[in-house]
Amino acid sequence: MWWKILIFMAMAAVIVFSFVTPMPQAQIGSASRIFYYHIPQAWICVLAFAMSMVFSIRYLMYRRPAEDDKAVVAAGLGFVFCLLATITGSIFAKVTWGSFWNWDPRETSIFILLLIYGAYFALRGAVEVEERRASLSAVYSIFAFVTVPFLIFVVPRIVPSLHPEDSVVNENLRFTMGPAVRAIFFSSLALFTVLYLWIFSLARRVRVVERFRMEQED
Amino acid sequence: MPSKSAGLAGRTFAVYAKDIRLELRTRYGLNAILMFGITTLAVVSFSLGQSGLSPKLLAALFWIIIFFSAMSGLAQVFIREEESGTALALRLTADPDAIYLGKLFFNLTLLSVMVVIITPLFFIFTDAPAGNVGRFVVVLVLGVLGLCGATTLVAAIIAKASVKGALFSVLSFPILVPLLITLTAATEKIFDGLTFTSVSAELQFLTAYAVVMITASVLLFKFVWQE
Repeated sequence: MWWKILIFMAMAAVIVFSFVTPMPQAQIGSASRIFYYHIPQAWICVLAFAMSMVFSIRYLMYRRPAEDDKAVVAAGLGFVFCLLATITGSIFAKVTWGSFWNWDPRETSIFILLLIYGAYFALRGAVEVEERRASLSAVYSIFAFVTVPFLIFVVPRIVPSLHPEDSVVNENLRFTMGPAVRAIFFSSLALFTVLYLWIFSLARRVRVVERFRMEQED
Repeated sequence: MPSKSAGLAGRTFAVYAKDIRLELRTRYGLNAILMFGITTLAVVSFSLGQSGLSPKLLAALFWIIIFFSAMSGLAQVFIREEESGTALALRLTADPDAIYLGKLFFNLTLLSVMVVIITPLFFIFTDAPAGNVGRFVVVLVLGVLGLCGATTLVAAIIAKASVKGALFSVLSFPILVPLLITLTAATEKIFDGLTFTSVSAELQFLTAYAVVMITASVLLFKFVWQE
């Protein structure tokens, strides 16, 4: 219980500090404060989708329904954080580039990511037998994840992008932030990760209870 | 059907030959994919006329036509097995690798025949500048490889789902987007008359995409086929 209160207080502190400390990037202005939220969201989105893929692989290896539950929960949370990262990124784009959406390579790749997992849930809805649904969606999730490197790393390098690339590290892998900004940023990153893991474990247990009750009714 | 002792190439060819023979009896897949392509091409041509479109627009239209035609026909190769109830017999007589590769080659043949017929018609109807024909053919071949490599596994997945029609394009589209973006960019440059050196990044991308998708499909296919 105590650590939940601690997370709550720490997140409140990070939100306050993210607005009262100097701007992370002076040339962009106050809008650059969004990176305290946008980058952790994008990171959680990648983490959740990677976890979903790992649980999908484990499902195909061991055929345990619990692995499928974890894969679905991670994919669902990844989708939510992906949506949040899209919205915050779009707000930032409006402020700095002048329009909410202009098919920048980064915007394209996050949009495709949303489509992939939208398709993943469409597939799950279209298969009735439980084991078949689990293994087909596991295969699709792995197969779709294989294209992610093409989207995230390859396409922005073929088509020029306006997305800031050096907000965390520069080409020499040195931190570009000052000490105060760095402290807030990494606290935010850590807190978002803990929050995500907490929601993940809650949602997973809800699914376990649901499964148990369905078996009781049968 | 040759016994298990035949090499992978022989077993693959047996599956491929079976599908070609079936296709030649009904010509269902080819008719569907070809008529869809010609219809789409005709709609594009009617509505735009030969009014000097830019290479960018022509390249996009060309790949949109190919994409939707592929979506109309490439799923048939697995749906047919499930609908006619022959999937079980095939599962007993052949191993997953041979089935996947046989079906992949069948889809490659189907899409190639369709592209060979549609592409000249596209140039006739839209008066597009071909650029260098050899370079255009290289992009076409890589495009067909990428399209079939990425969609054959999806076809196997949706054949097992209860709703089939719309699901194929819903599942395929996000996987194909990086391919379609790159194909359009490369085709536009070739219509503009640029040389290979200026499209080398795109060609590397297309090759890597086809290799990665086919490898991943071979690894994953047995989990779809034997679930």
